[in-house]
Amino acid sequence: MNVQLPTGRELFEPKRPGSEDIAWCPGCGNFGIRNILISALAELGLKPSEVAIISGIGQAAKMPHYVNANGYHTLHGRAIPIATGVKAANPSLTVIAEGGDGDMYAEGGNHLLHAIRRNPDITLLIHDNQIYGLTKGQASPTTMKGVKTPTQPWGVFEEPFNPLALAIALDASFVARTFMGYFKESVEIIKKAIKHKGLAIVDILHPCVSFNKVNTYAWYREHTYWMEDHDPQDREAAFRRAIETDPLPLGVFYVSEKPAFEEMVPAYRRDKTPLWKRTPKLRLVQRFFEGKRA
Amino acid sequence: MEFRDEVSIVLGGAAGQGIQTVEEILTHALKKSGYHVYANKEYMSRVRGGMNTTEIRVSAKRVRAFVRRIDILVPFKQGVLGWVDDRLSKDTVVLGEKENVEESFLGRINLVEVPLTKMALETGSQLYINTTSAGLIVGLFHGDFRAVEEYIRKRFGSKGESIVRKNIEAAKKGYDLGVKLCEDETIRVNVKKDEVVRDEILLTGTEAVGIGALAGGMDFLSFYPMSPSTGVSTFAAQHAEEFGIIVEQVEDEISAINMALGAWFAGARAMVSTSGGGFALMSEALSLAGMAENPVVIHLAQRPGPATGLPTRTMQGDLNLVLHAGHGDFPRIILAPGSLEEAFYLSAEAFNLADKYQAPVIILTDQYFVDTYYNLPAPDVSKVKFERYIVEAKPGYRRYELTENGISPRAVPGYGEEVVIGNGNEHDEWGDITEDAELTVKMQEKRAVKKLETIKRDAPLPKLIGNENAEYLVVSWGSTLHVVEEAIEKLGSEKVAHLHFSWVYPLNPEAKKFFEGKKVIVVENNVTGQFADLLWKELGVKADHRVLKYDGRPFSVEEVLDALKGVVE
Repeated sequence: MNVQLPTGRELFEPKRPGSEDIAWCPGCGNFGIRNILISALAELGLKPSEVAIISGIGQAAKMPHYVNANGYHTLHGRAIPIATGVKAANPSLTVIAEGGDGDMYAEGGNHLLHAIRRNPDITLLIHDNQIYGLTKGQASPTTMKGVKTPTQPWGVFEEPFNPLALAIALDASFVARTFMGYFKESVEIIKKAIKHKGLAIVDILHPCVSFNKVNTYAWYREHTYWMEDHDPQDREAAFRRAIETDPLPLGVFYVSEKPAFEEMVPAYRRDKTPLWKRTPKLRLVQRFFEGKRA
Repeated sequence: MEFRDEVSIVLGGAAGQGIQTVEEILTHALKKSGYHVYANKEYMSRVRGGMNTTEIRVSAKRVRAFVRRIDILVPFKQGVLGWVDDRLSKDTVVLGEKENVEESFLGRINLVEVPLTKMALETGSQLYINTTSAGLIVGLFHGDFRAVEEYIRKRFGSKGESIVRKNIEAAKKGYDLGVKLCEDETIRVNVKKDEVVRDEILLTGTEAVGIGALAGGMDFLSFYPMSPSTGVSTFAAQHAEEFGIIVEQVEDEISAINMALGAWFAGARAMVSTSGGGFALMSEALSLAGMAENPVVIHLAQRPGPATGLPTRTMQGDLNLVLHAGHGDFPRIILAPGSLEEAFYLSAEAFNLADKYQAPVIILTDQYFVDTYYNLPAPDVSKVKFERYIVEAKPGYRRYELTENGISPRAVPGYGEEVVIGNGNEHDEWGDITEDAELTVKMQEKRAVKKLETIKRDAPLPKLIGNENAEYLVVSWGSTLHVVEEAIEKLGSEKVAHLHFSWVYPLNPEAKKFFEGKKVIVVENNVTGQFADLLWKELGVKADHRVLKYDGRPFSVEEVLDALKGVVE
């Protein structure tokens, strides 16, 4: 692929000891996603200290080690609540919660549902390769029916999880899907997601070269298409697109503008100072005790 | 019947009957009148019906503990006497309506009949029975009726002037009757007032933890409701606008603690409030806090387990849980306030400790503690210290820098030009994943040995109350402070001293000196003696006697006294 890389990318290349040793398999789709992410951050003119990448557990969740930005590599499934806490404590940070399909849709499924309701201003990047990589090839919530794996040798019979239809049903603030094989389009979608105020969900299709023999680079190119005449304000149309299965539509499905969590909490109504700069309001504590005399 | 110096009043009825209103009016008005008051309730896990009781001690001297003895019982339904049968004596006066006394008790109790329902109906509705009853009891004490009026205005003001007037009228009817009962010597109450009380405050355990946390700079609280911890979250929510903080009810306890970890990671001072079952769900994140050296403050109000146990009752049964929760080895700090003052100062200090040691700090209370209230001098707010330990992330910053005391300088994202990497995987000094054996050893020792030793050295010693040379040492921790204190005072033996732990873990090794040559009696509200086991494990101190209670109810002064007499005499 011959791609014009934006300036500022260099800032996001980590230079810590061992940063060059990346734990992904050769040819892994995660490399492409890393490139896309770094390009999006650079094109938005952000600085590494202004960005926080909060990841769960899995191959995708190793991203904080391969991008020079604030990072927190946390627990399986828990990136969303942690990222919500980070953003709430310091809304001036650009907060990205990142993980794979198992991380975000299985272990973290309940947090996803409620994050949609809560609508924190964070971007969810879900590396969706329809398989478990790090634990070596078990089915994920998005594995297609009939796929045989070491732990589902009879073939998966559970209905695949549909994150886009789910998110639109819950009136999520921003819902998109891309395939990491389309670099420029993916960078644009992630930039839009980061700029969007509120929870932005981006399901990123990518191959697992080691364990998913069905959904390959070629498969994704053959079985996806870019939505062209789609209005993302139209929720019903978005839902119709979201339940299409073959080919899978790509692009921004749905945008619903609404206040973000951080705009609703009392903490920032009068005072925009991030929480870490604040001091206890001892005068109010004193007043509380005075009231208790009565 | 005459009561001198101190009266223990118990109100009993069904959930939804409004006993709490009586309790509130009474405690506030009596305190305002200059009496020392203490109150505690026991209630069933239901919204309506069942049997709930409240004990209110009114005294000329400071009172802070639960007594079994009932001097005056006010039943609001049939069945109350049976429910508290073991607490009645020949001196107990039952004040109320005959319809609320089971037949089997008639003739063998001192019943003083008062037509509460009739009086309430005269005011316009049976609903006024609560204010009439409150007035009645304040009247027995010749309390300050203006204080009753004031409280009614405050409590019912939002319901309109007519409701307020009716309630005052109802209370006045009760009050006049109370005064009359005392004057015609049906019930003589002779309790001296203490002028210092008027200037003091009335506080619950829940409020003491909540306001303490706010004084400590809590600016974020995430929670999932669970009795008996919910009060602290409710308190925070009700003060969120005023203090400008975030209080968020989330989908589950897993989310609650992870959100709090995220908030701390970005520099906030966050807390979660939960009970045993909720805390069990948090144990994975607790382990992350240990590994990532992510500060967090956890309030755990204990109730009896295992599993759902007795949701609205009390036990000190989760000490082992908080000591051992979380996979892997990492330090933690466990605090268990004994008094409301301690709850205030320790809840504030918890945030400094979490910040300083970058470790989970657990404030361990229980149902008895959070639902207890009494009058106390207002805590001195100027004694609360705000200590932050955040550094700027300058170029070359390493989040997990290896240091002598196991504590690495903590930066937060966005402060300084360097980035901050937190990690739940084993990591190098920068926060990146490592599988290096030598580094693993260093990091394990950093957290579980060096940091732990640092905390131990800094840990305050327990409080010795009484004679240094006593033969017996009665040990308590957390919520049993006052009940043990009063029992020892009543025992009045030079042979017995009291050692109380409010800093429960890790123990300063120097604490061992208090035990030398003593016969040790550990008093605990659980079935095995979890703290006695901890003393053995941490200090090599063996408990000679364990005084344990585990029926879901708090210790009474009488019970502890009897147990101590059994050992000492």
